[in-house]
Amino acid sequence: MDSMTKPTGFPLPSSLAVLPGTEAAQAAYPYYMQFTPEDDKRFWFYNSMHFPEPMSAFDMVTAEAAYVALGSVNTRVHCLPTTLGIDYRIVNGRVYIGGNGVTDPEEINRRTQEFLQRAFYYYENWEKLYAQWKEKMMTLIGEAQALPAPALPEFEPLEHVHSGRGVASNHYLLDTYQKTLEGYYRMWHHHFEFLLLGYGAYLTFFGFCKKAFPEISDQTVARMVAGMDAEIFRPDEELRRLARCAVDLRIDSYFVEGHSVDELMAQLAAAGEPGKKWLAELEISRHPWFNINVGDGFYHYHRSWNDDLSMPLASLPGYIARVKAGESLERPMDQLQAERKQLIADYRELLSSDEERAAYDQMITLAHRVFPYVEGHKFYCEHWYTNLFFNKIREFGALLSEHRFFADKEDIFQLTHYEVESAIIDLMTAWSTGSHPRGPSHWPKIVAERRAAIAEWAKHPSPPALGPVPDIIDDPAIVMLWGITRESLDAWLRADSDTDSHEIHGFAASNGVVEGTARVVRSVEEISRLKQGDILVCQVTNPTWAPIFQKIAAAVSDIGGSMSHAAIVAREYGLPAVVGTGNATSKIRDGQRLRVDGGRGVVTLLD
Amino acid sequence: MTIPSHVSWFKDIGLQDRPYVGGKGGSLGELQRAGIAVPAGFVVRTEAFERFVLALEQRSTIRSRVERLDPNDLQQVEAGSKELRALVEGASFPDDLNEALLEAHRELMGKSPFPVAVRSSATTEDAADASFAGLQDTFLWVTSASDMLARIRTCWASLYSVESITYRRRRNFPEAGVAMAVVVQTMVDARNAGVMFTRSPLTGDRSVITVESAWGLGSAVVGGEVTPDRWVIGKITGEISVRTVSDKAIEHLPAEAGGILESPVSEDRRNSPSMSDPELQNLRQIARQVERHYGCAQDIEWAVDRRSGQILLLQSRPETVWSMKDAAPVASAIENPLLHVMNVFGGRR
Repeated sequence: MDSMTKPTGFPLPSSLAVLPGTEAAQAAYPYYMQFTPEDDKRFWFYNSMHFPEPMSAFDMVTAEAAYVALGSVNTRVHCLPTTLGIDYRIVNGRVYIGGNGVTDPEEINRRTQEFLQRAFYYYENWEKLYAQWKEKMMTLIGEAQALPAPALPEFEPLEHVHSGRGVASNHYLLDTYQKTLEGYYRMWHHHFEFLLLGYGAYLTFFGFCKKAFPEISDQTVARMVAGMDAEIFRPDEELRRLARCAVDLRIDSYFVEGHSVDELMAQLAAAGEPGKKWLAELEISRHPWFNINVGDGFYHYHRSWNDDLSMPLASLPGYIARVKAGESLERPMDQLQAERKQLIADYRELLSSDEERAAYDQMITLAHRVFPYVEGHKFYCEHWYTNLFFNKIREFGALLSEHRFFADKEDIFQLTHYEVESAIIDLMTAWSTGSHPRGPSHWPKIVAERRAAIAEWAKHPSPPALGPVPDIIDDPAIVMLWGITRESLDAWLRADSDTDSHEIHGFAASNGVVEGTARVVRSVEEISRLKQGDILVCQVTNPTWAPIFQKIAAAVSDIGGSMSHAAIVAREYGLPAVVGTGNATSKIRDGQRLRVDGGRGVVTLLD
Repeated sequence: MTIPSHVSWFKDIGLQDRPYVGGKGGSLGELQRAGIAVPAGFVVRTEAFERFVLALEQRSTIRSRVERLDPNDLQQVEAGSKELRALVEGASFPDDLNEALLEAHRELMGKSPFPVAVRSSATTEDAADASFAGLQDTFLWVTSASDMLARIRTCWASLYSVESITYRRRRNFPEAGVAMAVVVQTMVDARNAGVMFTRSPLTGDRSVITVESAWGLGSAVVGGEVTPDRWVIGKITGEISVRTVSDKAIEHLPAEAGGILESPVSEDRRNSPSMSDPELQNLRQIARQVERHYGCAQDIEWAVDRRSGQILLLQSRPETVWSMKDAAPVASAIENPLLHVMNVFGGRR
């Protein structure tokens, strides 16, 4: 056919060389994450949605735990008929993933019989099981909070001796570490318990709408299903509440751009009763709603608002100005609910027959039942629990750096989770024998080497996909979670071969047309470069960057579908957004003039 | 016995009056009743035609003469047509009818002192007749009362065109039932005009409105003489998903002496959108209102008044292409609604 003009595949995994000088850092990742020659036969894509930056050795646990759990649910628990789990590999710190489709009709049939007994039980008992899920999650969070801070006294405390505890403090380092890790793996099982079923019910309705209304936009379907009071909106709502509160208490003049958190806190503490009142309100908001991190929870340095108040507090001057200009800043929930109801009714009316309307009712009813989980789980899993997890590891980092294993507590994240355990055992041993631990002469050099490797990897963009392109992408997990279809891959291939194009295409995620200056943000640390009216260009837009959405004029991302949180927040803020472009961050120059058409999913390079 | 009225104002008629006011007239009346702005005007009813023909029959035979024509003898039909048309166009109206028409024109001028459009409004409804009706005439930018009277007769005379006569004779329609209504309405001096479909012509999607528009009078768009700007608007959401601004080289404008002329579009306007976003949103509201009123998808002609900026509807008729294609429902309700999810999880079938 036209294979002469159209490239048919991406580079093979084996052709992707480990960058010179980073071989040791690459070898640090466990053997089961390394590409092998066999992998050349399969299709892989760079999961830049979840892992937009090179992963440090420890942070690989976020991929590992997630894929272990996702695969278990798909393959063994609910038994999705056409797909098993997702394999993952890492090269140059980049996480590539590939689905395991089931194609044998007999096997699909066998799995379907299982699926009907398992998944359908979940759908039928969704509310009950979801209520139970929240309890399980809160128990898990409680357990993580209850884990002791790792510490090694010089002598075992007398009360332990007198009570006959019989187990020395060094043992509890290993115990706490293993429980920390165990809890994290468990959390990911909870995370996926409902997720695919939730997305599946949503996509069922989505597919119906696309057939009944071939030209309906993805975001319109999303608006019909999305809830109004999802947990993910709550942290930003708390900030708006605090802004109103500051104005009501007449202490708004303390909130000015550029003040440090410490300065602000000191001033408020000295501002008498109103200052104290506001600080009390801040505490109410912080627990639990500031347990939200500035990323998606896959990197140790995505700190939570609670860990670093500068992020949320930086948005207060803007919100306060709006309150003083007479805006209520409250999300008009009744109005939003009424609008959604009207939207659903209006489309329903347009259907061709009562038969179609009955099917539409069935599908949207199910979508509405399952969607609270899809929207709500992230707060508990990727944010709250993940923050507890990384902070607990950080405590071990502090203990180890106290014993001179490395210079900084953050260095612990340059070790794999296996290596952290070995370092802990090294320390336990040294404490017990009275000798010096070996770590201090072992780890600093390795940590420096790995930090250098990550810096090097970050300089080089990685191909969006590897290996031969499959004829069809029929894997519901890949389509649902990453929005990857045969069409989007073709678009990536075209983008690759057509570097002169002045247009970049992606998913139309949020309506509107805007022109402005591109700010290409490659990591969370660069967020502060965004100025009022800039267009955010990033690998993955993140809803927990919500406060910066009041600054930017539009958002463009490499990865994401119309139900990605970026899309949801962009719509909430009424900003044009184009997501899932594949390569916007490599095609767009920082400072370049752009036009973003969020209704069509097109970004035009203007210079 | 009541004297049949010869003239009806739009506000007084609706679709049920089609046998007397024709499809176009009935539709305009119906639109106005539904609260949609249409150019002011009246319909010269079929009773007026009846009265005119009966008066004419006093002096010369019309209907029986048509009935004697042989549709297979083209020469004979051509000769007959020529004479009959000349007869209709040359005759004067009976005094009472003449006065009624002039009175209606005066009243219309009192409301809006502008030139008028005179358009035939056929009473037949089936699809074949509708396309045949398209052969009949529309006269734009008619400037005086006497011109209007002449154009009404020209419309009527079109019933005696070779095509019309042949069509009726082939089917043996009795001439006694043949009549035509004529619409007289204020001409819209259109800044821009166009068409819209309340259903996608491309996919049949009922949730979008497709708008096509170009500068000047709508005749340039309808006649395909200019590539119009094109928008696709979400019927419910108002999202504009497609915006194609075309190079609109020419526009139709009213000629000073009456009628229309084709004029080149100035450089700065050629590639500018002919509708603003708020205007498109107004158009969307109108489209929804009309569609709701009729209960089915519509194909609408409209124009934007150059002076007032008001959107006026010139015509609305049911969409026919996709409504004939509608077949199986996209999905039906099933006993266990959960089974719908197998569309996603069950693989391709």
